[in-house]
Amino acid sequence: MSGLTPFISAMSAVIWKDLRAEWRSREVISAMLVFALLVILIFNFALDLQPNVRAGISSGVLWVTLAFAGTLGLNRSMAVEKDRGCLDGLLLAPVDRAAIYLGKAFANLLFMLLVALIVLPVYGILYNTNLLIPGLLVVILLGSEGYVAVGTLLSSMAVQARTRDILLPILLFPVAVPVVVSAVKATGGYLAGLGWEEIQPWFTLLVVYDVIFTSVAFMVFDSVVEE
Amino acid sequence: MLQKPKLLTVLDVAAIASFLAATGLVFFYAPLERVMGAVQKVFYFHVASGWVGMLSFAVAAVVGVIYLIRKDLKWDSVGVAAVEIGIAFTLINVITGAIWARPIWNTWWTWDPRLTTATIMELVYFAYLMLRSGIEEPERRARFGAVYAIIGFLSVPLTFFSIRLFRTIHPVVIGSNDPGAMGAFDMTPRMTQVFLFSLVAFTIVYFDLLWHRIRLGKLAERVESLRLKLQA
Repeated sequence: MSGLTPFISAMSAVIWKDLRAEWRSREVISAMLVFALLVILIFNFALDLQPNVRAGISSGVLWVTLAFAGTLGLNRSMAVEKDRGCLDGLLLAPVDRAAIYLGKAFANLLFMLLVALIVLPVYGILYNTNLLIPGLLVVILLGSEGYVAVGTLLSSMAVQARTRDILLPILLFPVAVPVVVSAVKATGGYLAGLGWEEIQPWFTLLVVYDVIFTSVAFMVFDSVVEE
Repeated sequence: MLQKPKLLTVLDVAAIASFLAATGLVFFYAPLERVMGAVQKVFYFHVASGWVGMLSFAVAAVVGVIYLIRKDLKWDSVGVAAVEIGIAFTLINVITGAIWARPIWNTWWTWDPRLTTATIMELVYFAYLMLRSGIEEPERRARFGAVYAIIGFLSVPLTFFSIRLFRTIHPVVIGSNDPGAMGAFDMTPRMTQVFLFSLVAFTIVYFDLLWHRIRLGKLAERVESLRLKLQA
């Protein structure tokens, strides 16, 4: 128990720091939100989302929107740490580095979920569908978790490379495919009103990749930030 | 001077001989498939190169773990070598698949999960090379490469099992088939022999290439350090 408490307090300190900074500037969330709405509007023109067509592709549009907006947030969350040497300060702190990783990942997850929480009803109103299904919300939570778990790790690598901003999507998208595909399929299943036995394989795959990505990122984060 | 090891020469000979033998077996020993005809013969090298691609990415991931523990740059050069060879063989796998698909599925390419996930896997390792090219410091490059090789390999099982998870058009020759698969067939004993032999042959060719690529990396490092010495 004594080994766990400092870990959790370090982690919550990082989360608290990110939330406070975001509360004062409101940079990331507002950028992610505006971007997400823009993506949806562009999809509307590009795909000509007719009522009979969109039922099938809503899940895809939703997840592409969330993934793009998420990349924006992930890039920013690590770039601000790198820019003014904050990351070095964080790393100098005498705490377990895994706690820093979990703190950053958790804050990123909160931002992404907040964006999803606003995008979902807006999407529902714009296209006259109900997206607030309990199962679907769980899928959004799990999908965002897996995406952010691997994304936080990769963004802390990307900010240390010469090509920085353009590197994160290239690193993240192919690796996050298992999470995104299973989330899209499960979301589509809920939107189409399929039974649990149809959705369950994708749901299981999503949980499996959440566990894998979170635990692997947790283990290797130390060697990504060491100097 | 770095002398070429004797064992490597032996491996060279074994690789060339087994590859020629596999080619001979495919053309003259393996029977013609009754429905698909000669184009079915692409199967032997298609699966073998796919196997080598996966094996190579697995080697890169394992070597990545070893590097993160030992921090010895020699494991990093094995990792790059494995990724490069894996990319080449996966490309052969995709192209031979397209050659087979043209007459059998009547199209070079379909957006089938198996094909798509194999291509995404290829892109993961292109991203690996781009990540490395963005970092100058060798030690950090090695660390990031190792981490990405591990993370990237986690998406490979999806490629392999996608054939069983999705409804797919891609046939499964070993194990049970999806009823929607097109171009499936049962292997005769002779086909199985040729198939297993080409798997072994490609594996030998793989290890031969890997060794050469690792030596190339070492020699490049030597040239680099000699050049630095000359400039100093």
